[in-house]
Parts: sequence; structure tokens; C-alpha cells
Amino acid sequence: MKFTWFNLMPWPYLPDDFREKNRSVWVDIDQDLFDPEKCHQVYNDYLDLLEYADQLGYDGVGINEHHQNGYGLMPSPNIMAAALARRTSNAAVVVLGNSIALYNPPIRVAEEFAMLDIMTGGRFVAGFPVGTSMDTNFCYGTIPALTREKYAEAHELIIRAWTEKKPFAFNGRYTKLRHVNIWPNVLQSPHPPIHIPGGGSLETYDFCIDNTYSYSYLSFSGYLRAKALMDGYWARVAERGADMSPYRAGFAQTVFVAETDEEAERLYSEHAFYFYNRCLHVYPGFADAPGYRTIKTIQSGNLNQYMRPNYPTLTWKDLVDGGYIIAGSPETVRQRFEELIKGLHVGNIFLLLHVGNMPKDLCKYSTKLFAEKVMPLLQDMWREFDSDGRFWCKPLARRATPAPVGRPEMVPAK
Amino acid sequence: MISARKIATSAAEINVLVGGSGPDLLFLHSAGGITATNPFLLALASKYRVFAPQLPGYGDSGDGDNVRDMLDVTLHSFDVLDALGLDRPIVVGHSLGGMIAAEMAALRPKEVTKLCLIAAAGLWLDDYPVPDIFTLLPREFPAYMFHDAEAGAKMMATGGNMNDPAFLIPFLVTNARQLGMAGKFLFPIPERGLKERIHRITAKTVLVWGDSDRIFPAPYAQAFKGLIKGAELVSVPDAGHQVVLEKTDAVMAAIGRLG
Repeated sequence: MKFTWFNLMPWPYLPDDFREKNRSVWVDIDQDLFDPEKCHQVYNDYLDLLEYADQLGYDGVGINEHHQNGYGLMPSPNIMAAALARRTSNAAVVVLGNSIALYNPPIRVAEEFAMLDIMTGGRFVAGFPVGTSMDTNFCYGTIPALTREKYAEAHELIIRAWTEKKPFAFNGRYTKLRHVNIWPNVLQSPHPPIHIPGGGSLETYDFCIDNTYSYSYLSFSGYLRAKALMDGYWARVAERGADMSPYRAGFAQTVFVAETDEEAERLYSEHAFYFYNRCLHVYPGFADAPGYRTIKTIQSGNLNQYMRPNYPTLTWKDLVDGGYIIAGSPETVRQRFEELIKGLHVGNIFLLLHVGNMPKDLCKYSTKLFAEKVMPLLQDMWREFDSDGRFWCKPLARRATPAPVGRPEMVPAK
Repeated sequence: MISARKIATSAAEINVLVGGSGPDLLFLHSAGGITATNPFLLALASKYRVFAPQLPGYGDSGDGDNVRDMLDVTLHSFDVLDALGLDRPIVVGHSLGGMIAAEMAALRPKEVTKLCLIAAAGLWLDDYPVPDIFTLLPREFPAYMFHDAEAGAKMMATGGNMNDPAFLIPFLVTNARQLGMAGKFLFPIPERGLKERIHRITAKTVLVWGDSDRIFPAPYAQAFKGLIKGAELVSVPDAGHQVVLEKTDAVMAAIGRLG
């Protein structure tokens, strides 16, 4: 199993009446709700938490890209990854990922990911999302019906830049470069492992299978609702004759751990409600620009964002029983995760242990309990696939150690 | 009265709605598309031999994945004229169709000699930002499209239940095909450089605008008038962006001024 401690970096100061007074947490969120001085502390707290997860032995620390979004303060996850590269030691830095259709030219992603791969000494996992319609179309202006074509071209360029070891010309429809020759280039061979966040597009299943990329379902609605989608993915894997390694798939799950189930509700419910009621308050008109999803995907009946539950009416019990969140004592959490891991057949778990407006110390408490009392009991699942290294990074055995932070060292005179 | 005819261009198989008799008239529809029962199309057919091709992605036309930008769709529209064997018909375009018609007239002024632009897209005025139609929910459309939103809502009613997948899925497929194609010319800002080319238009031009157009408000009509030599503007009171449906007779009279 690979457990990645994932942080969306939500803004924790959305007001109580956010839903009533605002139409969306994303795209046209009110500038007056932002405070850069507070954000200075928020960023540092979140980086502290990611570093703490590294110290506790999580396999990875994960971050992602969103724009103009009150629950994701990372327009550039690569900047956070650079900070983590120096202050983490063992965990993979999982950037899940860069929306490659948005970079102009997309060679920038090949360059920055190569830098991160080298800075971390190969502790690096790359992600290439198509990006949500909110980010890709409404914030970054990509024409919806051309998004996937642009993505495919950017992908081809990046992979070629990483793997062709001599300069080449790239005559794309969207990007024309006479001299592609990124320098520095990636450390891992042939390139860092790639995870593709998807939301049920059939084309994305095939894209992952064709390229040996891991398919990540980054849902907030929990493992019970994910079953049909992941079953569809695995059916396609089987149909295409690929092997059934669970590392071909990843899943994001919101989780809270306490000493007892009752304590979990007492400590965490307000933060769960903050996330589901305020952070996920997205204006439906931004959810799906016409042309963004393919006709095939619409015809498959994957209409989740139209038929999403009405979160404000859900109680803690509804969230737990419905599997939106996994919460409770270490034993409760372990059991649910075992169900999740077996039920969805996944080897990569992205743990949303920081949720909504959770304070740092409380998040550390939950993070530590998971690391010490849950993770060790789950780590040996999928032992038979241990040798499958295709979907995880391969760090250098001997990596540089950053100098300790503190007073300048005295340099002895010659 | 209106029949359908299939033609082929290099972009796609195109479904053309054809009807009426009189002078030849090419009608280019808006982003909402057009069907054989459209009241404005029927009005056109009462005075003209009207040809209304459905854009790629619309109605019974093919997908046209190779139509990606303004030049593609403009050349495609000339290909449609050629396939129909039309020689200098009156060219009438509404909204997106007006944008395409204006491009055609700018690109080949000798082939477009009589032009009617109705509530046309294609320009952008910083002081009058066009609403983002790609974020509108179905229930929000009538207020933007009509002077009389209530009457408009009845005209636009889909007659289906959005909570029923059997209705919703085909509705979303149609929406994705149509607005996906329209987005190639209108998203995220409905301007593709027409202002750099519009001076080339030499056609006799009539502009028709609803006074209460909330998509392209009155200053857009003035902007077109200022940029097209000799253009005549017909402003229609008590009409919105769907002036063709709300004040069909006034639009017909305006087209009549082209002779």
C-alpha cells in the first residue's frame, strides 16, 4: 500500500453565512473574503503539516492545482513542492498535478517537474489532470471543446521532452517549438511515475491503460459512491487485457481518527461540515462548460455533478454511514479502509486528513493516530504486488541532506 | 413547408433546412441552433427561398471536429454556399450567425453583397462586458434572451423533466454538441478579431437590434454601425436578444430594406 498525506489547502476563514451570501467558492469567489496576512500563516501551517506527515512515515505528501478556489490555495503546486523538497526527507512529493493544457508552452511543466525530480532526489510523483471545468475553462479560458485535444498534445510534448535525449522540433497545433531540449532533464528513468486524476471520463481510463499511468479518482463523496465508477475502470482494464495491479488506481478519502467513534464526532464534525457545506459550494453553472466532457462520457450516464447530494442536509451520521467520510476509533477506521481498499481494488490512497478549517494541532492528532494505529495494520495489503514499481517513484539511495536551519556555520580558515 | 437537405463539405455532412420561394437567402442561426418549426424561419420562407444550414454539431449535421476557429467556420460557410449552388444570396445572421456572416462579408466582399446582422456577436466593448452565457443555467436563459422573460420562458420550455435521466442525457448531449461548437468562436470572450477585418465589408448592410438586448446591449449596435460603411441600424423597441422571435415582423421589414 502507498499512503499519501494530501492537503487541498482550503481557506479556513469562510464565514458562517458563506452559502447564503455567495454563489460560489470557486471562479468568482469574493475577494473581500481573502486576507493575505492570514494566508501567510495558513500556508506555513499547511507546509508544517505536510512535513509532519513525512516525519511520521507516510509514503507520500500530496498537493494539487486549483485556481480562484476557496478550498484550494495552490494555483501553483510546484511552488509548494519546491518548499517540501527541502524540508521533507523520505516521503514522495506527489504533485497531483499540473493541468498541462493550461501551460503555454507546456514544456514549462516538463522543466519544472524535472527540477522537482532532481531536487527531491527522485522522490517525485507527477500528475497530469485535464483539470476541472472551473479551473481549465472558466478561470484559464481554455475553449471547452478543444481542451482534450490541447491536453493530448501537451502530454505528447512533455513525454518526448523527457525521453528523447536529443533536441527535436515539435510542430503541434497549439504549441510550435523549433528546439525542444529541456535542460536539466528528469532524474528518474524513463521519467517520474504519472498519476492521472479522473472523474469518470471513459477516454481517461484508456489513456491510463495505454500509457501505464495510475488512475486516481479524487472524489469527495467517499468510497461507497465510488464503487460503480471504479468497477467501470477495472472492467475496462480487464477488457483491454492489462494486469490487475491495484497500483493502477488511487482513491482520495476524507478521514478523521480519534480514540473513540464518539470522540471523532465531537472533535471533527464542525470541520467536516465546514468542508462539505462551505468549501464544496460551487455554482452549478461553473461545473461543466458545454463541450468540456465528451459525448461518450455524458452518454455513459456519469452525471454525478448534476445529481450530487445536498450536503447541507447531511448529518455526521449521514456522512459516516454514507461513506463520504471515514471517521472514528483506529479500529473503526481500519475496518472501513480495509473495505475501501478491497472494494475499490486500490493500492494508492490519498488521505484527506486535513479537512476544511481544521486547526493544525487537531490535524496532527488525527494524522498521528492514523500513522501509528491504522497505517501499520493496512500496509501489508497487496503484498503480492510489492514488486510492481511502475506507479511509484524510485529515489536515489544516497540523497543530499539540506544544511540545518539556524545560525550561519563557521567556516574554518585554511 | 420547410424540408431538410443533406450536403457535404470537407468539415462535415451538413443538414440544410430549405423552404419558400423568392430571392435566395442564407440564414445563419445563433448558438441556440434552429429547427424546421422555428417561427422566424417560417416567416423568412414566406418571402424568400431560404436556406438555413445547421452548423457542425447542431441538429442533424455531423460533428465537424476539424472546425476549430473562426477561419474554419467562415470557409465552411462558403463551402455550404458552393454546395448549394447559391450565387450572392442575401446573407442574414443572428447572434453567432451574425458574427459568421460578418466574417464572410469581410473575407470575400464581392460574394456577400446584401447583409443583415441581427444582434450580432463578434465585437467586445470593455465598458459593456457580454454576459457569460456558458455559465447560465437553463432557468436563467429567458431573462437574458427576451424582453419579456415570462413569455420567453414559455417559448424556451424544454417540456422535459431534468431529473429524469432519459430526458436529461439526450438534452445534455445536444447541449454539449451545440454549445461545444459555439464555444470555439464565443468562449470565453465572443471576439475573434472581427474588428481588424470589418472595414473590408462593402455589402449593403442592415443591422437589426432589440432595444433591450441583454447579451449585446445597444452600444454594440452602435459599434457595428460605426465600423461598417453605410450600415443602416433598425432598432426594435420592446425586444431582446431574441428579437427574431419577439418582433418577427419588424425584423422581416428590416431585411426587406435590402431590396
